[in-house]
Amino acid sequence: MKDKIFKGLLYGACMLVLLLCAAMVYSLVSGSWQAFREFGFFRFLVSTEWDPTVGKEQYGAWTFVTGTLYTAFLALLFCIPFSLPVALFTGEYFKKTKIASVVGSIVDLLAGIPSIVYGLWGFYTLCPLMKSWGLSDQGFGVLTSSLVLAIMIIPYASSLSSEFISMVPNELKEGAYSLGATRLEVIRTVVFPVAGSGIFAGYILALGRALGETMAVTMLIGNTIQIPHSLGDTGNTMASVIANQFGEASGLKLSSLIAIGLLLFIITAVINFLGKLIINRQKGK
Amino acid sequence: MEMGVKKSRWIKDRLFFGGVCLFSGLTAIPLVLIIWEVLKKGYRQLNWSFFTEAAPNSLEAMMAVNSGDLIPGGVANGLVGSLLMVLLAIIIAVPVGIFAGIRLSEHPESRFSGVVRSVAELLQGTPSIVVGLIIYGWVVKPLGSYSGFAGGISLAMLMLPLIIRSTEETLKMLPGSLKEAGLALGASYSTVIVRVLLPSAFGGLFTGILLAVSRVLGETAPLMLTALGATAIEWNIFEPMSALPLQIWEFYNDPNLAGLIWSTSLFLLLLILVLNLTAKRIARKWKI
Repeated sequence: MKDKIFKGLLYGACMLVLLLCAAMVYSLVSGSWQAFREFGFFRFLVSTEWDPTVGKEQYGAWTFVTGTLYTAFLALLFCIPFSLPVALFTGEYFKKTKIASVVGSIVDLLAGIPSIVYGLWGFYTLCPLMKSWGLSDQGFGVLTSSLVLAIMIIPYASSLSSEFISMVPNELKEGAYSLGATRLEVIRTVVFPVAGSGIFAGYILALGRALGETMAVTMLIGNTIQIPHSLGDTGNTMASVIANQFGEASGLKLSSLIAIGLLLFIITAVINFLGKLIINRQKGK
Repeated sequence: MEMGVKKSRWIKDRLFFGGVCLFSGLTAIPLVLIIWEVLKKGYRQLNWSFFTEAAPNSLEAMMAVNSGDLIPGGVANGLVGSLLMVLLAIIIAVPVGIFAGIRLSEHPESRFSGVVRSVAELLQGTPSIVVGLIIYGWVVKPLGSYSGFAGGISLAMLMLPLIIRSTEETLKMLPGSLKEAGLALGASYSTVIVRVLLPSAFGGLFTGILLAVSRVLGETAPLMLTALGATAIEWNIFEPMSALPLQIWEFYNDPNLAGLIWSTSLFLLLLILVLNLTAKRIARKWKI
């Protein structure tokens, strides 16, 4: 009898998780219903209008979708030259040594810094630098936010890549060494091909992080409602527009913001799903 | 000729190695810069009243800054709010997360577990601002006001997948003989799990909880949509409530209070660091 109750509890907790998720999706969809009914799903997605004037309200998500994709992909690009060496350092060159664990914990610390502190640092240190280097007019913009985002996602990208790099079987590497390959050649011809899809998955998951990041981007991107055309341009992302405009929103505007939240949820879910799919296939091999 | 080819390969190899070390080292620079800036600008304000008094209003701060004094007041309202909301999140997320984690580790291959696991991963990948939006619809709107209660629930939603995962990972590492020994002694299934498995996994579970707390402690975005913030110390969780990261946001938006940004950030960073280090220590000490 006691066991039955206990098993019921365990089962109940799992059901609760499923229910929570279903309810999340339901409330996002029902919350954005008004916006989709007013503008149509597809038109809402591709429209660049954002006009809160009462009476002729027009809302569309495209400006923010492009801003989000733009900053996230740039961040991913910027983070590769740092996260890949870290992954090789901890997963190959100094595998299982003290120094690797030191580097690993330093990178882990980067993950522990709250987003808002990154935003502050970007605002007070990076923005003036950007301005003085002439990379951006006011120091804000796509470049500044993606640089900070890149730093924020280094730990996520490097930890998974490192794991997959360290899982490359020794026999394969030894085979290459016995044929006279140098370490670089082993990395290029054995480690990368074998661990490649795992490393790729790590970057996809890091991209998922970058897409949903809110505070740091809100503080650095400039929050202008326009599609950025150059690196120095200001813009807005899906997360930052929700954070910025939520306070005074109601009615159709609130519904539009929730719709943007739904789109963001879908995009990150797809990205994360892809990453996990690749990881599971790699691990199953 | 042959020597030359060999040499160039050797040089390339060394250069690459040097590059890997160099760029790995460069990664630490932002960390050092951020910590340095927060320390340099923040240590001066860290005094007793910083922890015991609520945030000053804009005028008081401006007068203090103009006369060259330290800004009076502190972050007690945020500290109390963070504590209450994190506590609420723990109360909600830990039992559910541990139970779900046990179920996943007990039936690792079942189809149902696979679905639950993917859904937990989906939750974990959900941007925190979206969680804020959802809790706004679930709690803030029906109750008619922003509240610490809503903030705590949003933090619980963010903690839940982390707890499920750490519980499952920890229990998976326990030797199967432990459970078999318990069952062989005639103990019931629930007794074995509650009295044998959970205590053996205590270190891992506790570490997981601490890490989850340190993760949500710095969350700002979902709290902006749920707890909103408050200028006075608030103990009633059904009222709008401040939190440390929310206060940083408020100080950031008020030029007169900008002096408090850094000390609050420093304090928040220290809290997170201590939680992280404690978690690592416990993990090492209780290693299975």
